[in-house]
Amino acid sequence: MASQNSVIEAQGLSLTFQTNDGPVHALSDVDLTVEKGDFVSFIGPSGCGKTTFLRCIADLETPTGGNLSVNGMTPDAARQARAYGYVFQHAGLYPWRTIGGNIRLPLEIMGYPEEERRARVSRTLEMVDLAGFENKYPWQLSGGMQQRASIARALAFDADLLLMDEPFGALDEIVRDHLNEQLLQLWARTGKTICFVTHSIPEAVYLSTKIVVMSPRPGRITDVIESPLPAERPLDLRETPEFLQIAQRVREGLRAGHSYD
Amino acid sequence: MTKAVPAWVRSLIPIFSVLMVLLAIWYVAVAPMNIRVALDQAERAGAVVVPEGSVLRRDISVWRLMLDNPGVISGGYDLDRPRLPTPAQVGQELWKTTGEMAMKGRAWSKRSLIYHAWITLQSTLWGFALGTSLGIIGAIAIVYSRVADMSLMPWAIISQTIPIVALAPMIIVLSSQMGIDSRGVPKAIISAYLCYFPVLVGMVKGLRAPDMSQLDLLKTYDATGLQSFLKLRLPASLPYLFTSLKVGIAAALVGTIVGELPTGAISGLGARILIGDQFGTPLAIWAALFMAAILAGLLVSLLDGLQRFAARRMGLKT
Repeated sequence: MASQNSVIEAQGLSLTFQTNDGPVHALSDVDLTVEKGDFVSFIGPSGCGKTTFLRCIADLETPTGGNLSVNGMTPDAARQARAYGYVFQHAGLYPWRTIGGNIRLPLEIMGYPEEERRARVSRTLEMVDLAGFENKYPWQLSGGMQQRASIARALAFDADLLLMDEPFGALDEIVRDHLNEQLLQLWARTGKTICFVTHSIPEAVYLSTKIVVMSPRPGRITDVIESPLPAERPLDLRETPEFLQIAQRVREGLRAGHSYD
Repeated sequence: MTKAVPAWVRSLIPIFSVLMVLLAIWYVAVAPMNIRVALDQAERAGAVVVPEGSVLRRDISVWRLMLDNPGVISGGYDLDRPRLPTPAQVGQELWKTTGEMAMKGRAWSKRSLIYHAWITLQSTLWGFALGTSLGIIGAIAIVYSRVADMSLMPWAIISQTIPIVALAPMIIVLSSQMGIDSRGVPKAIISAYLCYFPVLVGMVKGLRAPDMSQLDLLKTYDATGLQSFLKLRLPASLPYLFTSLKVGIAAALVGTIVGELPTGAISGLGARILIGDQFGTPLAIWAALFMAAILAGLLVSLLDGLQRFAARRMGLKT
């Protein structure tokens, strides 16, 4: 039975795509529980199913086997209850809307009253450190700022669950470090549950309370690491032996699941 | 010390260069095109030409005639009924039938090109409105319905393979059978027939412009179909819409003129072209052609301005 605190429950979850080259097992027998307030990273090589798993949670893909519940509901019901905010790899801001207008988009769709919209836009802009950019257009902002705006857009309607699919993948190292730090602060302040897909070992170890290591063909979980790192995480934590030890374990998990042939 | 040339002047330089080249080619072409008429006229006036008699000259090339009668060539530039009028003659004719008549208060006389352009413009705008609406509605149907996509699109393409000159008389006959006496209606239908296609194709592409992740994003918000149309597909399609509207209005004008050609119409630019042909007055044809070109230019510029305005309102870089 699922515990009171679990946000995501997956049991024996699998998803097989039928393609012209035969079936592709994107997910195979995945069991995972995500507790409320967790910061869970999914790491693994391309094709390991980490994005597919996130999309199943978001009801953007439909599993072909097993059970999956989000907030105790089916993914479909959870999506209709607007249970999560989704951040895509590319910011995908509408070029014809200002930054404020982009953040207002979900609020308009969900039918928030105008006054509430205005308050939420300025509050979320402040959260991602973009106050004063409300009336700028996306092309006037750097890539990192655009991605922050897209996070603000996912935060605007106060879903308790944040699903992030390689949100910083296209950004350079320096911007990435900065955004990682900000994301941790945001997580600490809001107490949200975050599922975070990444390619980067340091990023996964630095951010997470739980690291899910996955491997391809078929897409499956090879290791789940509960991080012993403290909640307070300055950037230089990444030089400590504890940090490197976890990174080492992640690397081994990746190697074990991947034959590099 | 170089003086900065304003940007708009610099953008005009290439346009004028092309215009100059075209005018030069035109002026040079007048000589061979008009040499036979010039020789006929000179012969009637009593001049000595080689060889004598237009029947004999028929089998001789224009180049030979020019070589043998160098003195007559210049006469080709000042004919009443030239085969190819000079640009200056066309300009004069255009001015005589527009500005000059307007100054005399006869802008709406049946001999004024302003009047004929107005008749053509009316049908063009009706056809444009009809064709654009059909194009947009068709595009929405195609994007939202697989059945429409598979059934409408092939017919839309086939419709454009039928020459409009073949179809125009039938549309006119059929609409008069239905008791529609006004010439404007069949003309507008023909014009709409040409104009809807670019709008349809452009809008289908535009409405499909949003990528998968943008549609996924709206799904995560549990947005309705109407919401994703109004907030994503429609605004994303606007640049495509304006581009196809510019093609569409030019096609609508061509459609109207074609609709005026075979119908025995007595007003409109197409009618002027037909009448000019029947009465052997090429000057009238050329003047009407240029009037049509000016009209098309104005309409396209108008839409271009509207597009810039919309782009600026939407915060897009122009």
